[in-house]
Amino acid sequence: MAFPFFRKKGSLIKTRVLIIGGGATGTGLARDLALRGVHCVLVEQGDINAGASGANHGLLHSGARYVSKDPEAARECRDESIILKQTASHCIEDTGGLFVAVEGDDEKFIADFPGYCSHCGISFREMDIKEARSLEPALSKNIIAAFEVADASIDPFKLVLENITQARKLGSTFIRNTKVVGFKKRKGHINTVNLVNVQTGEDLLIEADHVVNASGAWAGEIAALAGDPIDMIYSKGSLLITHSRITGRVVNRLRPPSDADILVPGGTVSIIGTTSARVDALDDIRPTAAEVDLIVDEGTAMLPGLESMRYIRVYSGVRPLIGTQTGEDDRYVSRGFDLVDHSGKGIENFVTITGGKLTTYRLMAEQTADLVCHRLGVTAPCRTQTELLPSAHAWKWTVPGIPSKEWLKDHKPDDFLLCECEMVPRSALDSIISAMGEHKKQLDLTTIGKRSRIGKGACQGSLCSIRVLVYLYDKGHLQSDQGVPHLRKFLNERWKGQRVLLWDMPLIQSELKEAIHCGFLSLEI
Amino acid sequence: MSHPEPIQCDLMIIGTGMAGMAAALFAANRGLSTVQAGVSSEVIYASGYMDLLGVHPIEDQKLWDNPWAGIEAMAREIPNHPYALMEMEDINTALEEFISFFHENGIPYQRKMAENVEVMTPVGKTRPTYFVPQSMWAGVEAMKAQHRCLLVDFQRMQGFSARQIAEVIGNKWPNVRPARIRFPEGDKLTELYPEWMARKMESPIIREKLARIIHPLLEDARVLGLPAILGMTRTKEVVEDFANRVGVPVFEIPTIPPAVPGLRLKETYEQYISGKGVRLLFPKRIGQVQQEPDGAFLLTVEDTVSNDRVRSRGILLASGRFLGGGLHAGRKRIEETLFDLPVFQPAARSEWHREDFFDPRGHPINRAGLEIDDTFRPLDISGQPAFPNLFAAGSILAHQDWMRMKCGSGLAIATAYAAVNAFVKQRVDKDLQA
Ligand SMILES: Cc1cc2nc3c(=O)[nH]c(=O)nc-3n(C[C@H](O)[C@H](O)[C@H](O)COP(=O)(O)OP(=O)(O)OC[C@H]3O[C@@H](n4cnc5c(N)ncnc54)[C@H](O)[C@@H]3O)c2cc1C
Ligand SMILES: Cc1cc2nc3c(=O)[nH]c(=O)nc-3n(C[C@H](O)[C@H](O)[C@H](O)COP(=O)(O)OP(=O)(O)OC[C@H]3O[C@@H](n4cnc5c(N)ncnc54)[C@H](O)[C@@H]3O)c2cc1C
Repeated sequence: MAFPFFRKKGSLIKTRVLIIGGGATGTGLARDLALRGVHCVLVEQGDINAGASGANHGLLHSGARYVSKDPEAARECRDESIILKQTASHCIEDTGGLFVAVEGDDEKFIADFPGYCSHCGISFREMDIKEARSLEPALSKNIIAAFEVADASIDPFKLVLENITQARKLGSTFIRNTKVVGFKKRKGHINTVNLVNVQTGEDLLIEADHVVNASGAWAGEIAALAGDPIDMIYSKGSLLITHSRITGRVVNRLRPPSDADILVPGGTVSIIGTTSARVDALDDIRPTAAEVDLIVDEGTAMLPGLESMRYIRVYSGVRPLIGTQTGEDDRYVSRGFDLVDHSGKGIENFVTITGGKLTTYRLMAEQTADLVCHRLGVTAPCRTQTELLPSAHAWKWTVPGIPSKEWLKDHKPDDFLLCECEMVPRSALDSIISAMGEHKKQLDLTTIGKRSRIGKGACQGSLCSIRVLVYLYDKGHLQSDQGVPHLRKFLNERWKGQRVLLWDMPLIQSELKEAIHCGFLSLEI
Repeated sequence: MSHPEPIQCDLMIIGTGMAGMAAALFAANRGLSTVQAGVSSEVIYASGYMDLLGVHPIEDQKLWDNPWAGIEAMAREIPNHPYALMEMEDINTALEEFISFFHENGIPYQRKMAENVEVMTPVGKTRPTYFVPQSMWAGVEAMKAQHRCLLVDFQRMQGFSARQIAEVIGNKWPNVRPARIRFPEGDKLTELYPEWMARKMESPIIREKLARIIHPLLEDARVLGLPAILGMTRTKEVVEDFANRVGVPVFEIPTIPPAVPGLRLKETYEQYISGKGVRLLFPKRIGQVQQEPDGAFLLTVEDTVSNDRVRSRGILLASGRFLGGGLHAGRKRIEETLFDLPVFQPAARSEWHREDFFDPRGHPINRAGLEIDDTFRPLDISGQPAFPNLFAAGSILAHQDWMRMKCGSGLAIATAYAAVNAFVKQRVDKDLQA
């Protein structure tokens, strides 16, 4: 598992399968293959969930959302959500979901909805409006229809961390901060893949029997690098996190998919979104003030409390959608996934898996692994349909609300809280650090932020960032002045998600943060 | 509800931050009957360092060794910066008058007349400032002289690591040796807070116990550094006595705010300002202001118990920015909270903040605020003074970014001085006319 050779310049790693992309699909595939006894190397240009898997709504779809336009995706979601509720229940909050329509919404769509659901085999229950409002008092008075469905909320960070943790335990390797930059082919066969460590600039070569491109929205770029381009559409979506949880259940607007029509609760917060905008490039995806205003203005029809709500973060992701630029609303591009076998185009050991949903990541991994195993002559069957996803203790710190409950229940006297907003104690940091295994050397605030609630609370990371830094120095994880750039990077990373949300209380908080970090500490100079 | 007779005064000061404190002191020193109200105070967040001007132009991150030369350049290049409305001499007099109040009351300060000095922060990075609490001055000199230093921190105190500071400052000052020690009588507590420690340090017994813990660790160190815990209000005495006991000069490094150095200013102010004749209503919010036919203001103090009102001949608005409460940002625009004065601001929310939090140019929202005439009176939409007898000072003023320019305290104190003097002059002129 350790890779001492990694330090040398231009070192070479050999593996049976190289997976490109550390999102849900790539990590899910690593686990699936590992369970079949196939060791692989997973490479990721950033950290886990650097792409759409870290920037989505966290809705485990019952399928009801797709019944009108995409029955196949609806059925896949239905089946997969049932499997995941059984095998990965610790990553899921089985909230249930509602579809509600408000005055002025398309009556025909409302009337057709039960039929669509039945057609796709999606279970639902029509609900009395009074009952809906008493179950979810945050709903608008102007609701005219309500249906109950089996939606749930899923924690993508926990999910992905658990997948990669099990894969590594079974002997596979995960390499972060390392980007695929080229392929060396001979006679229709990829011999080696060229990579570069984005932090140190060091080169790396990987020789693999088979290469899987699981790079989400980047799949087109990677496939083009390998010599067989795929057409991708980049559809950017933005989401807002509320300061407190608004509803018990997932709430969907009962209308053809549009802006700001889903609210997903998780732990102590809710997430409202999304928007849909075509973008041309994948770098520097940031939410805008206009998107925030659109979400708040639109969302208010269903949930009037959103107008005066305090928001703690906004973020954007890019949906990996396969297709050609038709000019239609991107929400209508199929959410089904594509497994592209490039052997048809003369690259015999290369496949791409992209599109799809977080909800269907397991199925995507299964079908990809089936193909790869067939090629490699491995006959072991897929085990992820029934085998439980093990729970590695350390990752519980990603869930809003969990840390505080755990800490209050039972803590040692010197187990101070490093983050008071989200109640993350020292012991949490210790367990995160030890769970990182060989990655410990690359510890910084941003990495810890990804694996905990640090910096995600109301103070926007003003104080916990400093306390965590102190702790890392005291424990010997940081030397010389490297902590200062780490602090800047961490705050800037959080800033992306706060910048366009700053009015009222959050603005006051950010002014305090700037007064501390710039006014006083002068980190900007 | 019965309405008792309003409290009468010459000048009503709204705000108990740095600007409000300075204004009340200046007003009292000039013989004005003065009432002051404030809800909370940014002062408790202050590091203790009082900046005058550190950086200009901020986009070039040009640091000034001589802050006065920096102000001169800035006054030329940003003519609507509040400093540009003042004479250099007056800025200096303002600082001296303000600092001497704290000096007299146990919190002495030190500076070099024409020089910014390099001081330490709790993350280990250094920065320039102007006036430095005496309790921190030995650190400034020791760093310059590269003396060997023992820097201690405490078990069970969060957010301050001597090891971190020594590591970060290592390139500049390699002779800093960190040590973690226990605080006398701290063992019973789960977490140690600097404020509690500072109050403990006022006791000679605790100081002696701490000196004994530190003594064997000193070795070749010629100076001792600690987090800012050397007493709350009698700092001068505590520092001198403690240095005698350990046998080397000692200095403090401010901790992460809200911290002891800010609390010291606040407590010292509250304790001694009434002796100057200022009537301090704290913590009290001014809820409403009306203008009487004779031009005087009638202010309502928001309070559930009493219904105090104040009748004043003039108002000095030192209500701060968003944190202080003088400005409020809605989703669409920024407003001034008490008079709904026009606020200079970017055209849309999307322009308030830059994409990089640390962008050297600063965030445009930080330049938002009240525009004033040359006698520090806020303007209405027509560009005329909104009221003849309403003045403003401190961070609420537009066209400055104290966080990037490193001019927070200096700006608050200097503009308070200018505003109070403008009010005094106006009264004298009126009396002459009458
Ligand atoms: C706004 C939004 C909301 C969504 N909401 C939901 C939802 O509620 N429910 C749901 O089921 N689905 C949702 N989705 C869809 C879901 O998030 C994605 O389908 C899923 O996360 C894709 O996972 P992935 O692993 O295939 O891709 P990604 O998560 O994008 O992973 C690809 C990875 O490849 C890496 N990579 C790229 N190029 C390289 C390279 N050259 N070298 C190395 N690594 C590279 C990237 O850094 C990235 O981490 C949403 C998507 C968006 C954008
Ligand atoms: C984290 C932090 C670090 C700092 N570090 C430094 C530093 O290193 N160096 C330095 O020189 N300065 C520093 N400062 C201090 C800074 O310079 C001053 O606090 C700043 O200039 C603001 O001063 P002010 O008095 O204008 O406003 P504030 O301090 O914001 O005061 C506003 C006052 O108005 C009151 N108020 C508002 N509305 C009402 C109302 N309706 N009725 C009654 N009262 C009202 C508030 O209660 C408050 O008392 C720091 C400040 C902070 C927050």
